[in-house]
Amino acid sequence: MLESEIKMARAIPSEPGIVGAGQCYQNVETPSIDARGLETRELSDQLRELLLSGRKRVIITNVCGQRYIGTRLYTPERLEMEIEIFGTPGNDLAAFLYGHHKITVHGNAQDGVGNTMDDGEVIVEGRAGDVLGFSMRGGEIYVREGCGYRTALHMKEYDGKRPVLVVGGRSQDFLGEYMAGGIVIVLDLEGQSHRANFIGTGMHGGVIYLRGRVDQSQVGDQVEISPLDEADRAVLDDYVSRFLEHFPDVEKRKDEILNSGFVKLAPRSKRPYSNLYAY
Amino acid sequence: MPRIRRELYNKEICACSIFGAMNRDGERFSAAGVMKAIANMRVRGNGLGGGFAAYGIYPQLKDYYAFHLMFTGKSPQAKLDAKRELEAFLSSRFDVVSDEEIPTDDAVKLRDPPLLWRYFVLPKKGGDDSGLVRPEEDYIVDQIMKVNAKIDNAYVFSSGKNMGCFKGVGYPEEVGEYFMLDRIYQAHTWTAHGRFPTNTRAWWGGAHPFSLLDTSVVHNGEISSYGTNRWYLEMRGYACTLQTDTEVIAYAADLLMRRQKLPIEIVAKILAPPIWNAIDRLPEKERKLLTTLRMVYGPLLMNGPFAVIIGTTGRMIGLTDRIRLRPLTAATRGEIFYISSEEASIRLISPELDRVWTPNGGEPVVAELNSMKKVLI
Amino acid sequence: MRSFVFPEFQIIRDEERCGQCRACERHCSFGTHTYDPVADRLVSDERKCVGCQRCAVFCPKNAIVVRPSPSYYRPNASWSREKIEDLKRQAETGGVLLTGCGSDKPFRIYWDHIVLNASQVTNPSIDPLREPMELRTFLGRKPEMLEIASEAGEVEIETELSPNLVVETPILFSAMSYGAISYNAFRSLATAACRSKTYFNTGEGGLPREMREKFGGCAIVQVASGRFGIDAEYLNCAQAVEIKVGQGAKPGIGGHLPGVKVSASVAETRMIPPGTDAISPAPHHDIYSIEDLAMLISALKEATNYEKPISVKIAAVHNFAAIATGIVHAGADIIAIDGLRGGTGAAPKAIRDNVGIPTELAISSLDRRLREEGIRNRCSIIAAGGIRCSADVIKAIALGADAVYIGSAALIAMGCTLCQKCYTGKCNWGICTQDPRLSGRLNVEIASTRLCNLISAWSTEIREMLGGMGINALESLRGNRDHLRGIGLYEWELDVLGIKGAGE
Repeated sequence: MLESEIKMARAIPSEPGIVGAGQCYQNVETPSIDARGLETRELSDQLRELLLSGRKRVIITNVCGQRYIGTRLYTPERLEMEIEIFGTPGNDLAAFLYGHHKITVHGNAQDGVGNTMDDGEVIVEGRAGDVLGFSMRGGEIYVREGCGYRTALHMKEYDGKRPVLVVGGRSQDFLGEYMAGGIVIVLDLEGQSHRANFIGTGMHGGVIYLRGRVDQSQVGDQVEISPLDEADRAVLDDYVSRFLEHFPDVEKRKDEILNSGFVKLAPRSKRPYSNLYAY
Repeated sequence: MPRIRRELYNKEICACSIFGAMNRDGERFSAAGVMKAIANMRVRGNGLGGGFAAYGIYPQLKDYYAFHLMFTGKSPQAKLDAKRELEAFLSSRFDVVSDEEIPTDDAVKLRDPPLLWRYFVLPKKGGDDSGLVRPEEDYIVDQIMKVNAKIDNAYVFSSGKNMGCFKGVGYPEEVGEYFMLDRIYQAHTWTAHGRFPTNTRAWWGGAHPFSLLDTSVVHNGEISSYGTNRWYLEMRGYACTLQTDTEVIAYAADLLMRRQKLPIEIVAKILAPPIWNAIDRLPEKERKLLTTLRMVYGPLLMNGPFAVIIGTTGRMIGLTDRIRLRPLTAATRGEIFYISSEEASIRLISPELDRVWTPNGGEPVVAELNSMKKVLI
Repeated sequence: MRSFVFPEFQIIRDEERCGQCRACERHCSFGTHTYDPVADRLVSDERKCVGCQRCAVFCPKNAIVVRPSPSYYRPNASWSREKIEDLKRQAETGGVLLTGCGSDKPFRIYWDHIVLNASQVTNPSIDPLREPMELRTFLGRKPEMLEIASEAGEVEIETELSPNLVVETPILFSAMSYGAISYNAFRSLATAACRSKTYFNTGEGGLPREMREKFGGCAIVQVASGRFGIDAEYLNCAQAVEIKVGQGAKPGIGGHLPGVKVSASVAETRMIPPGTDAISPAPHHDIYSIEDLAMLISALKEATNYEKPISVKIAAVHNFAAIATGIVHAGADIIAIDGLRGGTGAAPKAIRDNVGIPTELAISSLDRRLREEGIRNRCSIIAAGGIRCSADVIKAIALGADAVYIGSAALIAMGCTLCQKCYTGKCNWGICTQDPRLSGRLNVEIASTRLCNLISAWSTEIREMLGGMGINALESLRGNRDHLRGIGLYEWELDVLGIKGAGE
């Protein structure tokens, strides 16, 4: 039996009447797809079929590199689905995700998670790759460990629609590039200190909260580093609570996390480059 | 007076997938897993190129340089003519210990295969026509450049000892099947590449890996500094004939690591140096070193997005450009070290991993055979 | 003798707008405008007008239009108005026609026939507003390779390094001597160079003592054939020493600063008696062959304790690639090539317009030649002569230059309108004059701000174009002809430039 199957069997949440180890259950409420050998298109064909037939939840096992999971779930009736992924989803997970879907990854994710995501919830129990939350416009993403380069690039918000990204580990360079809205929280729970550079270059909206500190040299010219105020603390309380709910194995307690030092990064002006051109 | 020939070279551009696996204990394995892994990233290529580099595959003949030759040409006769010309050249400068056609599986149909032959050689004693006493390897590199530049339709695409490159036009797993890499070879280090060239006239010589002696390179990305890198290398005797920008990485690695014997950390700082902002903030000694490296080796800076895996005997090195525009994931599981464009491919053949990380831009990730370390001590 | 030559410029005054403020009269040093108190109006004598546009710019009512007067001769493709009138002037004076600025003749401008690449799809362009775009350049000799000793993690560089200039942007101010230009203009260039972290070149007029401490750090000093103002302190206070062998505007001949421009202060700096003509002989009289040049280069290295790179400035002429190669072998660390369109304060018109070859072809040739000889790393190339905009700078670097010198462009930033009358010493813009009344018009603070603005604007444009090509460090563009294509060029021109035609 493949290691992946054992892991999956252990991780399946217990439901009444279901036996564990190795058996893919075909419970009528929660269908399961074995993605082994499936191409990206074939997998999303099956997902869409299940969505249209009224399924509210599906489990996909042996995922290995299939892309765009969650992208083809838009219906005018706004049907919703919960997807649990066992394995390593390919690039662009939840790209263009539209609607209150919920996707949970029991493992690591790759590049492009939440690419232009409009709504919904994505939970990754490992790390994520590059361009996480690229151009994200709504919804929430929770990543248990760290993420790669260019996180939250050009994240946007408008009129009450505000995307949120919470990362338990650290991010690499170019975090929050060109950010125009939304909330990014990077917790560095291992306490390894933020090493990212070029944070917030071109930032003209939104806010980044970093647990710990950063140097002005790591941050773009347009970004101001400031301490938290009451409103900030309320926001952090809310989203850190949700983070801990999604990842109960995190050893720190909420008050421990919230009481450690945070800094807030926000843009100095809406038009960071107004002086550059001769008109 | 003869007209000056313009530097009319064509540069093929490709996006791709790369993969590497090394057993650090030196235990050898077949390409089956690696072929599966690279096939998993099929969508990153378009079937117009694939290839593998394998280290440790000729243990019986490990003291001889294994030249892999491809003879292209429109007709079988053209290929044979090239072969004849090459063999005349070869036998005048090398002792050919054994030679044979590289075994292929005829059931696998690839487009326009050239005639593929391998020769196990040593340079002739006293065969150096320059009259100078030179390191043997420099002499061999010279001869390879001559073959590639001067003998029509003949290309040396692998030239190291106890290692070999296998490449062609097709999906990488197809190329692997064509050369029967999962059936007849065992290597302690494999690198693999799947190609997406934008020039549809794909040709066998343009597939990756690119190699010189025992340095092999598989590359994902495009080198925008190719014109600059190229002239710098040509000034030092390398001929860039294979019309693909990856060539310059292989030659730069050969120049810096083999000829100038620079350690890999320094080589990475030459090919992918940190940004000046970062350098200026470092302590004086480091700042001076990095400034000097950029000043002297500026023309070898590899600009543009890239992720490469460089293989040498006993080492596998992953490196990305300084602002990490291309993905690279490294992972370990016991003695096996993986480097891949996508994590999923590693998970496919090793669902459990001890450590997974994405290295910073410009910082090399180096996997070494444990036996190498023992030798140095 | 009565002159048969028409006035070059027409002055059209809108009498309704003119308020008789007499600003034009005060501004014009050539005496073109005079106030007639009886008629209460300004009267203009177009025969004196040189077309410098000072009065038109400063007229508070925009009442003056100065424009080239049309030619009244029957149109003749061979005997243009200019050719006819130059001839007549020579008949009248028997003299050599003098002129200033760079050649205005319609030789092909290769910059305008070269187009740049941009990256799409296969290679992302890089956004210079968000990501670092590095223009830092090192000018000087680089070793063939580095010998590095590494022990227990500690790394030591064993190779001896030659001195190099570090510039933060590849644009330097070209050699314009104090004497040819005014003190204020000279100081503005120095101030702007220091502020923009680049260098200015003192030209052959020396560096006034009071400027040495403050501005030596961004100065390249020149040793020209007249050896003006050269002492050990002068050489050592600067960052590089340049031997001027030739100049693009007047290759092969020397320089001549008329006595009227040799004021007391100019004389002091040059160490010659005031009021005398400052003559720079055509050759250096101690350099009659390449080995003499090698000797001078070594002498200068000795005099500066081997701490400064030595540059040699030559004009681009027919066989210059071979000459330049020789100069590199003679020990030069930097070669500055001045092309056909280089500017000057005074030169015979015949030489300015007929001698030399364009910079673009020169750079490509030299770069290729040095690479073929395997010695390209031994020197840096600085291109000069007709660099007009940031696109020209990028193209120069892609053709093989390490950096560029700007002369005319810097003067234009300070106010120059290229009226080509620099040799009269009456520059209304206060740039190339020694008359204190005129040079006082050039405010050093404002002029240096203009120069800094110019460098900053061009540097930003260069970053944008580099980013567009998918390159984030200038060293990856140098000699990278892959990013250039030619349009409307003959095959031989493409060959010399070493670039493909657009679409190839």
